Formats: sequence, C-alpha cells, structure tokens
Amino acid sequence: MNTRNTKVMNRFDVTSRLVAKLRHEEAVIGGIGNTNFDLWAAGHRPQNFYMLGSMGLAFPIALGVALAQPGRRVFALEGDGSLLMQLGALSTIAALKPQNLTMIVMDNGVYQITGAQPTPAADVADIVAIAIGSGLANSAWAADEEDFERLVDDAMAGAEPRLIAVRIDDKPGVGTTRRDPVQIRERFMHGLGVREPL
Amino acid sequence: MAIAEQQTSPQAALGSSERSWHGIVLQTLKRNEISLVPYVPDRVLTPLIKNLHADPFFTTFATAREEEAVGIVSGAWMGGRRGAVLMQTSGFATLANVLASLAVPYQIPLIMFVSERGTLGEFNYGQSLVCRTMRPVLDSLALEHHTITRLDELGFITDRSIKQAVTTQAPVALILNPLLTGGKVFDK
Repeated sequence: MNTRNTKVMNRFDVTSRLVAKLRHEEAVIGGIGNTNFDLWAAGHRPQNFYMLGSMGLAFPIALGVALAQPGRRVFALEGDGSLLMQLGALSTIAALKPQNLTMIVMDNGVYQITGAQPTPAADVADIVAIAIGSGLANSAWAADEEDFERLVDDAMAGAEPRLIAVRIDDKPGVGTTRRDPVQIRERFMHGLGVREPL
Repeated sequence: MAIAEQQTSPQAALGSSERSWHGIVLQTLKRNEISLVPYVPDRVLTPLIKNLHADPFFTTFATAREEEAVGIVSGAWMGGRRGAVLMQTSGFATLANVLASLAVPYQIPLIMFVSERGTLGEFNYGQSLVCRTMRPVLDSLALEHHTITRLDELGFITDRSIKQAVTTQAPVALILNPLLTGGKVFDK
C-alpha cells in the first residue's frame, strides 16, 4: 500500500487505541518527544518506558526488552524522524527475528517538536518499503484507524517482528511526560517484574 | 604471549586456553551472568567475538552502530537480562549522546569493552586523533573507566568492575590496551 492512499490519523488517538488493546502487561517503549508524550497522555502504565533523549533508540531498547523477556509482547513507538537516525536497527531486528516485538512508526514527515521542518525523507522515501527492504517482510501501512487496530491484533497473534506505519497529522503531543529518568526506569522494572519496590 | 598470538593471526588464538586475554574476558562475562553481547566488530576483538558466537551461553550479534548496541543492552537490563557491548575506540566516539541521555540519567549499568586503537603503534592518523577524545568524554561524565594493559590484572579488573557497575547502577568502560591484546599493526 502506498503511503499517499492512507488516511492521515492522529498520534494520540492511535496511541490510545493501542493502549486500550493491552491486556497482558505488554511492554511499550515510547520514543523521544511527542511519541512518549502521547503514550504518557494515553494513561501511565507500569510497563511503559519513556525516553528523554537518545533519539532513534526506541526500537533497540525495545529489542533488548524483547530478548530479555521472550514471553512478553513488546511494542515500540517511534517517530519517522527518529527512525531515520537509526535505520540499521531494522536489519538487526530482522536478523534476530524476535517473535514478540512490534514496531509502530508515527509518520508526519516533519520534526514537529522543533518547528515542523520536513525530514529529508518526507517527499522521497517510504518507511514501509525501507522496513521490508531491511528484512521485516510483514510491515505495512495502516490505511485507517480500523486497519491499525487490525494490524495490532495480527501482531499480537503473530510470531515474527513487524513494523506498522501510521500517517499522522502535525499536531503536538497532548501531554508532557514527567521527566524523572530514575523513577521511569525503576517503575518500568517493577512493571516488568524484574524488581520489587523497596 | 597474548601479543604474539594476536600479531600472527587471530585464528591461531581461537582454541587457546582460558589464560588468553579473550578467554579471561569470556569467562568473566559468563561468571557474571552476562549473556547478551552485541558488538560492532574490531580486528583485535575477533577471537573474542568468534568464541562468544561458538558458546551457546551467549547471544551475540553485530549491530549497525554502537549506540544501537547500547540501546539493546539497556533495554535488556531493564528486562532482567545482563549485557555488555564490544566496540573499537572510534565506535566509543559515537556514544556521548546516548551515555548522557540514557545510560547515566537512567542509572543503567552499561558495561563497555573498548578495543583501543590510536596508540602504541597506530598507523592511521584519524584513529590516533579519535582516541584522544575517549577519556575526556568518560571523565566529563565522571564515568568509571580502566585501561587494562596486563594479563595478570585483567580478570580482577574486569570482574570487580562488572560487579561495581551492577551494584552501583553506573556505566563502566573497560579499555583493552595494545599492551594486553597486541593491538592492530600496519600490515596491508
């Protein structure tokens, strides 16, 4: 499916639809900026991890969680600009084939948070084609919200990594994550059952 | 001994005893339950990488960039699995952002092994320059780091440093000097 034929959706709405489907303490990694702001705004869960920097590392961090806990589903939310920083990670994930990892890319073609400058890829590159070319054969554009939910359901039942790309508008995130990295990390570890609170 | 091994052929060192530098590193990783080892390869690290691949205890694989590997082991740590990253000096030079925005503020015991290029016989000017950025970056973030030059100190430094990283939840860089590994010399 070509990106031009897909509906322009909203990041917070799509994120909320994902979170509403999580029933088994699935881990969710939110990339920097708006991506994790909307994850936060969709309602904090102990299994959410919010990045405050290291642009482009949402998928590698999620891969690490997925390798550590193969029995848990892991979702990663990333912006198109962030993904462009770390395209090689797609091949790493394709090579390792974690059965429990799903990557979601929110593609608005701009660096919204810095002033909505277009990304270099905006008019020329197709993120799903890049993902498929990187070895993630199951990747797809979500045509609309219903299609996004269907793709998430497929991912929940699937046994190989996949990327779901969503064309979104240029609205900013609707919340602001509390920027407390130690508490974010500690509570995430509690949420994953790695540690008990003091 | 390690130097001679390394300079002739990394292959020749593959079946060598646990008393080689790479044998000691591998055993120390295992003893500390570090099973996830992503890397960006380096000539000097080749025997270690090959032996990690050959040992089913380890999940070891190449990443496209060093910061990607840091992201992976950070995620794995939070998920309850220990990891370490292998890289070369020039690879470390790409890490300032991820150290300052992920490993340090989130208090992640990131364990890094850096094969040191750029000193003691370097033949590439760029490598010698990038090497000079490594310790100032580590020092600017007050990160623990050790330059390991002696085989008889390797096990102690590595084992203690891994344990300290885990218990203090702080990154550590273990710099494998050419005095230990033989380094890379100009051949072709």
